[in-house]
Amino acid sequence: MSDSDPASASSRTASEKADFKRELTEVVPHLRAFARGLCGRPDMADDLVQETLLKAWAAQERFEPGTSMRAWTFVILRNAYLTDMRRNRFRGEYDEGVAERILTAPAGQEEPIHLSDLHRALLTLQPERREALLLVGAGGFSYEEAAEICGCAVGTIKSRVGRARATLTEMLANGNIPRRSTDDDAAHRAILEELDEVAAGNLSSAKP
Amino acid sequence: MTSDRKPPPPRSGQPERAPEWADGLKQLYDSVVEEDLPDSFKDLLAKLDEIDPKRAAAQGGNPSQSPDDRGARR
Repeated sequence: MSDSDPASASSRTASEKADFKRELTEVVPHLRAFARGLCGRPDMADDLVQETLLKAWAAQERFEPGTSMRAWTFVILRNAYLTDMRRNRFRGEYDEGVAERILTAPAGQEEPIHLSDLHRALLTLQPERREALLLVGAGGFSYEEAAEICGCAVGTIKSRVGRARATLTEMLANGNIPRRSTDDDAAHRAILEELDEVAAGNLSSAKP
Repeated sequence: MTSDRKPPPPRSGQPERAPEWADGLKQLYDSVVEEDLPDSFKDLLAKLDEIDPKRAAAQGGNPSQSPDDRGARR
């Protein structure tokens, strides 16, 4: 199962290499959006995307031309995110400025839900559920594609998306959303503790 | 520019009941997708061509630490 065959590594044509670079460039805005949803803070999200681009570049011989660059790079990004999270680099912090800017986007609903509320609620979800919901509900991946990206069963993704949707719907319906992270220490601490649990690999499903 | 970025399909007749915030989730995502790319990304993408992926891979997938590759900028 070794992929260190030098002959195959040098078999890419110049046009295949150019295609790789072009596809990688095209997918950057999507990587930024996924990363922003995962870790909340734009600066950290962009660091994560840069790290992802470098890793993708280094691993380009392993990319199968013709397959989805977006799915391939999302795998690299989520792995980098999980590694960084274990090192406690990301704290699921909520960025006020982004939400305010996003709020100016046209809503087109009679009873608009504030996107800043949605964003805050999103960041309080368990990381696995947030990731699943981002891939399917925002990124437009199928359950099958999301399962491949996350390396888990399709049923697991469906279940995570379902739970994430239920939690968000309930939060938004009841107005049970953590206020600004800066003046709601309890909510903030809950997020941090949850991340620590996930990072430690002992996430319990006993949470309300 | 090339324009093979597919726009999201219109979500009119949804088979399963979508929560009313579902569209907001897409808006959050799309708002980032549509942002102008910061210069730092343009710089990085331009620099990638100078980085030999094989050597980068041999260094554990961290090409930015190659002294030769960084020498051009510093």
